[in-house]
Amino acid sequence: MSADDVIGLGYLVAAALFILGLKGLGKPRTAMRGNQLGASGMLLAVLVTLLDKEIVSYWQLALGVAIGAAIGVTLAVRVQMTSMPQLVALFNGFGGLASVLVAAASFFEAVGRGQDDLQINVAAALAAFIGAVTFTGSLIAFAKLQEVWNGLVVPGARAINAALMVASVVLGVLMVANPDQRTWFWLLVAVAGVLGITATSPIGGADMPVVIALLNSLSGLAASAAGFVLDNALLIIAGALVGASGLILTAIMTKAMNRTLLSVLFSEAPSASGSGADADEVYAGKVTSTSADEVAMLLDTADRVVIVPGYGLAVAQAQHAVRDLTLSLESRGTEVVFGIHPVAGRMPGHMNVLLAEAEIDYEALIEMDVVNPTFAQTDVVIVLGANDVVNPVARDEPDSPIAGMPILEVDKANVVVVIKRSLSPGFAGIPNPLFAADNSMMLFGDGKAAVVEIVKALTEV
Amino acid sequence: MTPIIALTLFALAVFLGVEVISKVPPTLHTPLMSGSNAISGITLVGALVSAGTEYSTLTTVLAIGAVALATINVVGGFLVTNRMLAMFKPKARKSKGDGS
Repeated sequence: MSADDVIGLGYLVAAALFILGLKGLGKPRTAMRGNQLGASGMLLAVLVTLLDKEIVSYWQLALGVAIGAAIGVTLAVRVQMTSMPQLVALFNGFGGLASVLVAAASFFEAVGRGQDDLQINVAAALAAFIGAVTFTGSLIAFAKLQEVWNGLVVPGARAINAALMVASVVLGVLMVANPDQRTWFWLLVAVAGVLGITATSPIGGADMPVVIALLNSLSGLAASAAGFVLDNALLIIAGALVGASGLILTAIMTKAMNRTLLSVLFSEAPSASGSGADADEVYAGKVTSTSADEVAMLLDTADRVVIVPGYGLAVAQAQHAVRDLTLSLESRGTEVVFGIHPVAGRMPGHMNVLLAEAEIDYEALIEMDVVNPTFAQTDVVIVLGANDVVNPVARDEPDSPIAGMPILEVDKANVVVVIKRSLSPGFAGIPNPLFAADNSMMLFGDGKAAVVEIVKALTEV
Repeated sequence: MTPIIALTLFALAVFLGVEVISKVPPTLHTPLMSGSNAISGITLVGALVSAGTEYSTLTTVLAIGAVALATINVVGGFLVTNRMLAMFKPKARKSKGDGS
């Protein structure tokens, strides 16, 4: 068996391990094993690659791997669970840039060796475009989530994006037609990089999970495109698998907001239409304010409590306080579950990760469709840092900007306690009649402090 | 590979990916993203070959950069996914008590 055969067979086994790994990642019981299978596949792929006869020198490989491993380990071990959306965004970006660089090196080498192969040239253009958009788009997402920069919001962004798309196509054609002129390649990377910035900048807030999932998909597609450049089956397959997984998540996220991918990308944010009711009219004289002591008394007599967390939970870092509240209630025999909206937070699964960090059993985290029919039998709902995803307007008013968006129907519960700093609107920019409903009361204040006070008050009831 | 064979592989892998992943519970959305992102670090194998070929200084430098970035994804991605999944393990403390 030649070295090439060993490499080919190794890649086949690696591809199978990736598939089994992704399958395992789809079920809580097998997820840990799935991740390990994926990692084993990667290790095998790297080891057999070292047999490649084209590799004449190994110090470059050692250098690159040492730098990357040091940074990777540091990031993975140090990151706080509250910063997980940023880290995922950053990793997507690195994947995109890696694909650009691999495509560049391999494309330049092929052209230098006198190969004028249409597959290589077209694939290099695609890898450059997708990879660069993914890289800068992810950096903007990272900056927004880290709250260091809110992106470059310019008037007429849609026209600019369209112009940049056209420019990318033109540059791609020029690059394929003149593969020996490297300028076209780099210009394409530059224009795609700007497109990544201008396309991601206007998207924010509640649309973030869609963007993160989409960038995840693009980072896979960029790797696949690089596979076409290198004529490497494993890259093509693994990249396509990741592309598909990201697309599924993107579809789940857009469906949970009753939006289309296009409307998110071209930022027809619900707020843009702005036909919501006037805030004063909705709230005037109807909002009941409450105190931690009163909430504690309500909870003391409750049989079933549902906690609905939103991005505010992450901002307030209230997950550990919420765990204390859960334990305190469970010790009184109260049933406590969590109602999780698919787009709560800033990335798919954000709330689940946060609550898992606080050692809350994942089986207590209930999906929207399952928890909704149970609100009518719920004594107290605590809404913690969520707003638009519990706004009954989405269900009741067909002309509202968020009409049709699936919501958690907390207003059907006996009592709803909303913990929130003020009556300010959520990302959709519309008032929430839930806050003024007869069965709702507002507990104004910081999420974490409010929950800590409730726990304290509970011990004194 | 001919371009058609390469495209065939790509299309079949997309279908397979959709089939394999279509019913992921929300609890695993984030680990799925970070884990799949680690898999997309497979560009590492392409980068390793390019970096070791020593074709020209430019391609070697580009490829070393790609090796480093892809390794960050691979190592960081699998590690952080493992860290998250470790939190999802059924808790030993049995807070709910069976049958109560």
